[in-house]
Amino acid sequence: MSKTPPLLQINQLRRLMIGPVSLALEAGDCLCISGPSGSGKSLLLRAIADLDPHAGEACLHGVVASRIPAERWRTRVGLLPPESVWWLPRVGDHFRDELPVPLEHIGLSADIMAQPVRQLSSGEKQRLALMRLLSNHPQVLLLDEPTANLDPENTRRIETVIAEYRRTQQAGILWVSHDQAQIARVADRYYAVTNGTLEERTIEGSNG
Amino acid sequence: MVELSVIDLGLAAALVLLLALLSIRLRSNISQQLVIAALRTAVQLTLIGLVLKLLFANATLGWVLLMALIMLLVAGREVMARQERRFRGWWGYAVGTFSMFLSSFAVTLFALLVILGEDPWYTPQYAIPLLGMLLGNTMNGIAIAMDRLTQAAWEQRAVIEARLMLGERWEAAISEYRRQAIRSGMIPIINAMAAAGIVSLPGMMTGQILAGAAPVEAVKYQILIMFLITTGTGLGTLAAVSIGSKHLFDERQRLCLNRLRQP
Repeated sequence: MSKTPPLLQINQLRRLMIGPVSLALEAGDCLCISGPSGSGKSLLLRAIADLDPHAGEACLHGVVASRIPAERWRTRVGLLPPESVWWLPRVGDHFRDELPVPLEHIGLSADIMAQPVRQLSSGEKQRLALMRLLSNHPQVLLLDEPTANLDPENTRRIETVIAEYRRTQQAGILWVSHDQAQIARVADRYYAVTNGTLEERTIEGSNG
Repeated sequence: MVELSVIDLGLAAALVLLLALLSIRLRSNISQQLVIAALRTAVQLTLIGLVLKLLFANATLGWVLLMALIMLLVAGREVMARQERRFRGWWGYAVGTFSMFLSSFAVTLFALLVILGEDPWYTPQYAIPLLGMLLGNTMNGIAIAMDRLTQAAWEQRAVIEARLMLGERWEAAISEYRRQAIRSGMIPIINAMAAAGIVSLPGMMTGQILAGAAPVEAVKYQILIMFLITTGTGLGTLAAVSIGSKHLFDERQRLCLNRLRQP
């Protein structure tokens, strides 16, 4: 009997200065990646989401990405960019499906959906961008510094939502973060980018 | 029709020279460009006059097609040159030229075969001016629309990619900019139709009236031409924007801005 393939498997992925990268992510796993700016962390996530041409391959449940239509791949492997982008006038215009987590859980009230996007604070934008991504029900989350530039309270709210989604949906998470304390809070495993490849490190000093 | 002598044209040229002198006095640096452009007009139109004279005397299908092909290739080059961020390589030339070929040739053929019914259908006195007017206008529409499309893709990269990340297909991710590009390509001809006869007397009609045609006949021709031009421009713009926006993405629906040239 063959072993069931992992949720996300990456084989020899290369893109510009990053790679070769190989890793496996099981359902419910949270794997953190850190590294200096310009080391290619964002490029790695973009390559996994298949937004840039790259060498090597990524597989979901053992099915290689090239055999899954691109839009379906990106729905299942959802990338949250560091800066959220909004193109329609109102917040609610950007949402089609039901929210997987109630808005109250991230400290927002339901009438924010009727608001113009330009009235949102950066913290609200980031929380809503996460909700928008989660409403696609991705099986893998690629999070590119989701709490950069956020205050501690907003950071905690984001972490709570991600934890709730991970637990209820058994989603796998690749999380780029600079914050050692955050990594200690959320990660099962932790990798640092050195010379374009991932090196596993021990998670330092969990204090909560 | 009053025949124009060399002196008549010389008098008109003197007006342009006068304008050039005036702009030198006003320290405007446009005078050199003005004179060169005026010279080009005189030389180019004289040459095309001779070419048309030759073509009308040898009205075979082969010569008419050759002339049509040259006009198409020159118009294609013009469309390419007017785009700031056109596609790299032969695509930059092919998108516009192919779209113009599709629309202008199809509409011209339709007009010659179905509407005018001259014998033979390729009679150059009809075919060449018709094709010329169609190419000239279609060229404008396609150049504006493609410039707008590629510019928008460049500037709105973040939005297009954000929509891709959320699982939208490329058609949806670029739909807004596709619509805007088609609109801006077609607005000039729509405005021209709306203003025709009220604000401006179209050039072709004016020419026919000067040449002695009855105004109502000239008007009928002008209406025909306007409709043909609108159809040609619209079809050409739709084709170019469809082909162009598809080529902005690869087979994995990734936005490929490296396919665009830097200005």
